[in-house]
Amino acid sequence: MAIASSDIAKLAHLARIAVSDDEVGQVTERISDVLALVDQLQAVDTAGVKPMAHPLDATQRLRADQVTEPNEREHFQAIAPATEDGLYLVPRVIE
Amino acid sequence: MEWETVIGLEVHVQLSTNTKLFSGASTAFGADPNTQACAVDLAMPGTLPVANEQAFHNAVKFGLAVNAEIGKRSVFERKNYFYPDLPKGYQTTQLAEPIVGPGYVDLQLEGGRTKRVRIHHAHLEEDAGKSLHEDYHGMTGIDLNRAGTPLIEVVTEPDMRSAEEAVAFARQLHNIVTSLEICDGDMSQGSMRFDVNISVRLKGEEEFGTRTETKNLNSFRFMEECIALEVERQIDVLEDGGKIVQETRLYNGETKTARSMRTKEDSNDYRYFPCPDLLPVIIDDDFIETVRQDMPELPEARRERFIKDYDLPDYDASQLAGDRATADYFEATVKACGEAKLAGNWVMADLAAYLNKEEIGIAQSPVTPVMLGGLIARIKDGTISSKIAKKVFEAMTKGEGDADAIIEKQGLKQVSDTGELEKMVDDVIANNQAQVDNYRNADPAKRPKMLGFFVGQIMKASKGQANPQAVNEILIKKLEG
Repeated sequence: MAIASSDIAKLAHLARIAVSDDEVGQVTERISDVLALVDQLQAVDTAGVKPMAHPLDATQRLRADQVTEPNEREHFQAIAPATEDGLYLVPRVIE
Repeated sequence: MEWETVIGLEVHVQLSTNTKLFSGASTAFGADPNTQACAVDLAMPGTLPVANEQAFHNAVKFGLAVNAEIGKRSVFERKNYFYPDLPKGYQTTQLAEPIVGPGYVDLQLEGGRTKRVRIHHAHLEEDAGKSLHEDYHGMTGIDLNRAGTPLIEVVTEPDMRSAEEAVAFARQLHNIVTSLEICDGDMSQGSMRFDVNISVRLKGEEEFGTRTETKNLNSFRFMEECIALEVERQIDVLEDGGKIVQETRLYNGETKTARSMRTKEDSNDYRYFPCPDLLPVIIDDDFIETVRQDMPELPEARRERFIKDYDLPDYDASQLAGDRATADYFEATVKACGEAKLAGNWVMADLAAYLNKEEIGIAQSPVTPVMLGGLIARIKDGTISSKIAKKVFEAMTKGEGDADAIIEKQGLKQVSDTGELEKMVDDVIANNQAQVDNYRNADPAKRPKMLGFFVGQIMKASKGQANPQAVNEILIKKLEG
């Protein structure tokens, strides 16, 4: 499976990873190598094999619906760059 | 050209659990910002999610109520996107193996029409926090109390063909989740939010048109308005030779307008993958059986029982059984007075009007079912007329006591004493000679209508307390005799 440098730019944006124009070529090459390995895996006949949700052969233990977490806002907000009125402040986002 | 509307819904239903889907932080509404956001909700490094059993219980309950297959193996996936009210950088949700599989809901529409809407699936997921865009020195405020609150997202097939059907489905779903007590149903607080997928096609066409999605509608009225607006817009575009662009739209209920939020080209690619922090959840038959034991009577079954047991008309049964609190109130009233039809009328008319005016729910009514039943019993045994009963009801809403106390204190007892009534009738006849002559000279077929005048006079004289049936009998006897 071939991947174009434009795909890399798009993926980098979606993952919020800074990939500079100089690096795009090299990253494209390396990811193409990985995808070549994936192609080999794709060649295996997996008909009738259920997709694996987790490598451990175990099931999720469920928790009783009881409040166990106290309010620790002050503790958490001590390391936040900016807070006000109990809110975390972040650079403005407008959709 | 005749167009057909095609609608599918995605409904977010906030589950009323005590704690978050993956943490033991409280979900109580109205707490100070970020006081109910723990290390897991904040995505602190090293924290791990542990799933809430009650959320699964609620989701399975919903599945059973909509005749769905229950996903015995339920897998969580990560839906990746960046937004400040989503601290982990992904929403934990379900995709390929949801907790609730295909099911359906049957709707009763106006005119006795029924309609089946298929449920594609419903999955468990966590809610995001809230972004407050008021000006914090050019910054955005983030409250993560809601982050991690359990939701089920109910996805329908595109089975609805009009705003009426879509709203009927939404109301029915609201009735179901509130009857099941898995959601408080408070739409103004965002407990239920609707995304509406709308497309149009020429009537008779097999293929669906390109659809748009309008997000986050939080009232039935907005939903109806938004569908009408969007259908009109799409038809206008198509009739002008244009094309519908697949996009996400926002409806503003204040201005009654909608705008495009984002088109498909720049929509997110969520890069789903199974969440390595969470193992598959296995739901066994015992679990499902436990939930089944916990199922209340559902609105549809209750409606049918009301028709059968209480001999109520279809319309009355639908109105009374739709909402659990109303249905409970109605049944308690019937128990108190033994008069189903009258009880139904009072609950749907006078009580509903009063609650509406006061903007309170039926559970907050100052007139309890026992009080209303007591009032109805006094109408039934002839102590008071229906007209006087309205007066008594009003006094009950003001906390003046129960029906018997009010009737006694205000002297509202109906006059059924024949001697007293005869005297009143004699007076009216003596004082209205012209009308009496008219009546006696009239065609007998027209007389019943003319009787109303005399009844009215007597009611006025008795301040509404004369027993209307007795008055009628005496009047006819005296006028015709």
